[in-house]
Amino acid sequence: MTLDISLAHRFGGFNVDVSFTAPTGITALFGRSGAGKTTVVNAVAGLLRPQRGRIRVNGDKLLDTDAGINVPVHSRRVGYVFQDARLFPHLTVRQNLQFGARFNPMAGPASGLDRVVDLLGIAHLLGRRPGTLSGGEKQRVAIGRALLSNPRILLMDEPLAALDEARKAEILPYLERLRDELDIPILYVSHAVPEVTRLATTLVALSDGQVVRYGPAAQVLADPNTFPVLGRQEAGSFLVASVVRHDRTDGLTELSFGGGRIFTPYFQAEPGAALRVRIRARDIILALRPPEDTSALNILPATVRQIGTQEGAIVDVSVRCGDTDLLARITRRSLTRLGLTQGTPCYAVLKSVAVARRDIGVFEERRA
Amino acid sequence: MTTAWLSPEEWTALALSLRVSLVATLVTLPLGIAVALALARGRFPGKQLLNGIVHLPLIMPPVVTGYLLLIVLGRRGAIGSLLDSWFGIVLAFKWTGAAVAAGVMAFPLMVRAIRLAIEAVDPRLEQAAATLGANRWWTFFLVTLPLILPGVLAGAILAFAKAMGEFGATITFVSNIPGQTQTVPSAIYSFLQVPGGEGPALRLVLISVSVAIGALLVSEFVAQRVARRIAGQ
Repeated sequence: MTLDISLAHRFGGFNVDVSFTAPTGITALFGRSGAGKTTVVNAVAGLLRPQRGRIRVNGDKLLDTDAGINVPVHSRRVGYVFQDARLFPHLTVRQNLQFGARFNPMAGPASGLDRVVDLLGIAHLLGRRPGTLSGGEKQRVAIGRALLSNPRILLMDEPLAALDEARKAEILPYLERLRDELDIPILYVSHAVPEVTRLATTLVALSDGQVVRYGPAAQVLADPNTFPVLGRQEAGSFLVASVVRHDRTDGLTELSFGGGRIFTPYFQAEPGAALRVRIRARDIILALRPPEDTSALNILPATVRQIGTQEGAIVDVSVRCGDTDLLARITRRSLTRLGLTQGTPCYAVLKSVAVARRDIGVFEERRA
Repeated sequence: MTTAWLSPEEWTALALSLRVSLVATLVTLPLGIAVALALARGRFPGKQLLNGIVHLPLIMPPVVTGYLLLIVLGRRGAIGSLLDSWFGIVLAFKWTGAAVAAGVMAFPLMVRAIRLAIEAVDPRLEQAAATLGANRWWTFFLVTLPLILPGVLAGAILAFAKAMGEFGATITFVSNIPGQTQTVPSAIYSFLQVPGGEGPALRLVLISVSVAIGALLVSEFVAQRVARRIAGQ
């Protein structure tokens, strides 16, 4: 399943002009507020009609302004999870969930309410009304309601933005399950780098209504020229690793990935389970020789792949560890002193404690 | 039928008033909801004109409304004559005419109450319904209507109470014929015109007051229950 988007819309002196393809998995639409993210999502849903554009799901046209095609919202089969949940207050959770099934029933016996309720862990809420739910519970019900309308694509407009950290942590695992288990494209709007780093499989970075970066998330996030465009805070990439073993006495989990083995704080998962670990760029130290007698547990051989072209005291450097690109943030002085250039062999040093519990999530990579 | 406390004449007036008001309310309710929807959500030329026309009976003297009804819907009126010759429907000096007068007079109150309720509904909920596959009609019946139910109820009760009390337009349009068009207010008026009529008039006044208070209490009770259900308790 793919979602092809190409649209141009001008309003109030602001110009949105984007074009990209969202494959199965989570495509994060990333950018600061006012970058045009919600405009794009609303155009896909049909809540906004762009002046020019073409939107197709698996080749089926939802919109083609040149051909005069504009499928009405209710016929688009687009599941939309709004930032503010928008549950129907007069209906129970169960009735909310069943709302869409009336119009687009799912095929097959195993695909209905029970599966979604189980996937989102909301069985105990079915008899209640939205007024009595917490923010996190509302958002899970809203996700379930969208899923049960049998959508061909799922749109999520900052579904976590209105929630506190604890509620976010509660929902993220469910979003990871959706990403890994659903066979539809998910368009996920966010301005939070940690969230995007944990969830996205494809990344579309928007700035002032234009696509400034687009590609597989691992690639875009490890690109040393990405973050200067998006805002520097929280820069970082991720690696995909599998659990080797847990060290209970030290409270550590050992992971293996293409670039070697690393230790992280204990994360509950079966040995062999695939995890995705976010590594912030500022937590990686680059060294020419493996440091000895250091407290850092993770020292990974690497080579410099690309040096950011930005000016100033700070430089982002992309290094390759085995099959994985990681982003390191160092000072320009260190860059010069170590004489790092493309191809320089080096070591990436990472403190285990720099990886937080919320930086780790499950990740069953899809075989294309 | 006679009882110790109401004469047959008074009973007739009360029964007629109830029938006229009930019919007037129920028949105008769907139209009231439609007009309220158009005024709250519609974007069309002439919206202000529609708003003005709906509110006219509230502002004009009731006698004027009654007289206009007579001109338009009377036997020789523009529409009244057509109704008579095509369908054999005569409104003038009939209880149905009284219902029309009551309905017209109550209509602005009904529309205002329902319009306020519609404007209080978050249109983003209706957008959500659309993304879930509901077209306009389903969205209205599954989302908007249940959410405005307290307002619709309040509007209906208000209209009913107004219809029960309507006097000027009714007496102008359909006169004051006992058993035909003599509603409670008309009967009170008649009783007050003859010597010794104060007793029956007072009884009808008391009945009017109780019906009005009863209607209010019922509407409050139902509206509260609906509101509680929506609030999720």
